[in-house]
Amino acid sequence: MAKFLEYQGKNWLRKAGLPIPDGQVAYTAEQARDIARQFGKPVAVKGQVQAGGRGKAGIVKLVDTPDLAEQAATQILSTQVRGMPVRAVLVEEKLSIKKEYYCSIVVNGARDARTPLLMFSPEGGMDIESVPEDQIYRLNLDPIFGLQQYQAIDLCVRAGIDRQDLDKFTTFLTKLAAVYRQYDCQTLEINPLVVTEQEDIVCADCKMEIDNSAVSRHPEFGIKIARDFPGEITELDEIGWSIEETDARGTGFLMNMGFDEVSPGYIGYHPIGGGSAMMGLDALNHVGLKPANYADTSGNPVGSKIYRVAKCVLSQPNIDGYLLGGFMMANQEQWHHAHALVKVLCEMLPEKKPGLPCVLLLCGNKEEESLAILRKGLAELMTPDGPGRRIEIYGKEHVTDTLFIGQRLLELSKAYHLEKVQGKENG
Amino acid sequence: MGIMVHQESKVIIQGITGREGSLRTKYMKEYGTNVIGGTSPGKAGEIVFGVPVFNTVREIVRQFGAIDFSVIFVPGHRLLSTVMEACDAGVKNIVPCVEGTPIHDIMYMIEYARIRGSRIIGPGSIGIITPGQAVVGWLGGNVGWANQFFVQGSIGVISRSGGQSGTIPWVLREGGFGVSTVVHTGTEPVVGTSMADLLLEFEADPATRGVAIYAEIGGTLEEECAEVIASGQYTKPLVVYVAGAWAPEGQRFSHASNIVERGRGSAKSKIAAITKVGGLIAETPTDIPVLLNRTLPLDFAITKNKQ
Repeated sequence: MAKFLEYQGKNWLRKAGLPIPDGQVAYTAEQARDIARQFGKPVAVKGQVQAGGRGKAGIVKLVDTPDLAEQAATQILSTQVRGMPVRAVLVEEKLSIKKEYYCSIVVNGARDARTPLLMFSPEGGMDIESVPEDQIYRLNLDPIFGLQQYQAIDLCVRAGIDRQDLDKFTTFLTKLAAVYRQYDCQTLEINPLVVTEQEDIVCADCKMEIDNSAVSRHPEFGIKIARDFPGEITELDEIGWSIEETDARGTGFLMNMGFDEVSPGYIGYHPIGGGSAMMGLDALNHVGLKPANYADTSGNPVGSKIYRVAKCVLSQPNIDGYLLGGFMMANQEQWHHAHALVKVLCEMLPEKKPGLPCVLLLCGNKEEESLAILRKGLAELMTPDGPGRRIEIYGKEHVTDTLFIGQRLLELSKAYHLEKVQGKENG
Repeated sequence: MGIMVHQESKVIIQGITGREGSLRTKYMKEYGTNVIGGTSPGKAGEIVFGVPVFNTVREIVRQFGAIDFSVIFVPGHRLLSTVMEACDAGVKNIVPCVEGTPIHDIMYMIEYARIRGSRIIGPGSIGIITPGQAVVGWLGGNVGWANQFFVQGSIGVISRSGGQSGTIPWVLREGGFGVSTVVHTGTEPVVGTSMADLLLEFEADPATRGVAIYAEIGGTLEEECAEVIASGQYTKPLVVYVAGAWAPEGQRFSHASNIVERGRGSAKSKIAAITKVGGLIAETPTDIPVLLNRTLPLDFAITKNKQ
């Protein structure tokens, strides 16, 4: 899901006519002070990162003066939350809160639903996981007709909303449900939804996640890469996206998994298909190795696409090995993978990564032919002293053998690592 | 027998003239599937591997009568109207072999199909195969591959992964079991036919003696299977393999549904739910036939290394 920061999500909510506090984003402490001065009243300074628990992380502060806003912003902008630097703060008018509510819409894939699910609670402001079950009111939304006013009234009555407030809440909820669909959201969470002392309803926070598959029909969002990243977008992620962006013939997915390109024990990871990837990860986790990246070349991609993905995976600095994790009896013809791998390994190993452990598991349709292509094409590299001396090729005998493949990779990477260390000592 | 797809099932292809559409038409025909027509607007009158092309699904219905299956090969952003067309023409089962469909379109089309009395398998399913009878979708690859590895037998297979819907039949065959029908549920976070729905189909199929499931962390499909067993709606032996059991919390994959969060949808929760209702858990896929063999006789003698 393409996730918006709070200020971005609120901006889109405001454009759709939903009630948002007055606020502006600031990238420096000076800007934060200027914004606070313009408001001329107490403000909230809120660090903008993709993470929950911002209050606990100390990056949400309520202050009374522009100078204090500057101080707060200075501190917040020097913070890291879960490894992510805070690059912006949202400076907002401080709300006078009468009561906090919780409200969200998510996708409900359950067999008896297959619809959006609206959740509402009179217990707002805290993590929804810690709200008692009987205080969460749920309603599956009709995917065709959306939320009707009468359904919203029913939900609010169940949740104990006062009669005089029903109109305010139901108007808000029906608008929110419409926005959820209009913007192709996967998750839209308002927590807290605030009723102020002035009896106004206001979205005090906003978590908006757009469905990756729908990003292309929302050019207005300006989302460059419609993928979920564990951290900030890396060069590898951008290259990975460019492979997919220009070629729809099968999947050629590639993204960083948080590898710092220095730490030992990371493997260039090249699974084929999501299920296979899951088993490959089990193989690595079994033996304490870690994936440097995530990749996927399933859905019958052309050889050139597989080649580009494999080359990027292998080009990552300081990986301790490469795993072509074909943990499946593929229906797609696997010789495209064999051809691509021969080309990549012949290009990469001799000059750039001699001796790199490369465990190649390729099973399924056209397996025999594919393994023959690999063995023949890599024979010259695979001599005892050759740059491909740690290439091992496996087929269907090991298709689900995650433990064996993991152990092979571990053993080879240990030897490789030792060789690297000794090479440094000797050189 | 087997479920859903049979020799006599009347099958059409929507998007028959594209790269995948035409190639899969060829493979399905060669396998013996009763492919009666395909659509590609503006290309009516053309022939794709012996299959006549029409502008619309209604034109096919007018000529051949009711349609059992439509297999769809169009880009995800065009899938909604393609599915609606199939529903409006009364197609009973719709198999969109399509990834990257907007989630709101998916929920819309599933509801639309429900109202029209159609069923969607997927989206994002690579298909269904009933060995010796018919295949819809990509499953089985070409006919040579399909004949080699999808052997007729008594085990129903449900897979959450496209790739693994080939692997489970392979390990079953190695262990002396054939398959009645193999179904890939689809990779999207919302699918039109859940694992539990398929268990009910397999329960009703006399040729199926037991079911093997390739499961994954994330979502609640497996927990729902446990519910239909607990309610007595499914009574045959069940073996489940859960992939991703070793994944640390928070690790993400390209299957959008596989996000482990706070224990819900975790391998632990799924294994506990299945075990509680008497289902068997395979530690590795190769254990699946071994566990089935505890209660079921083999379909055939194991002839290793003979293909």
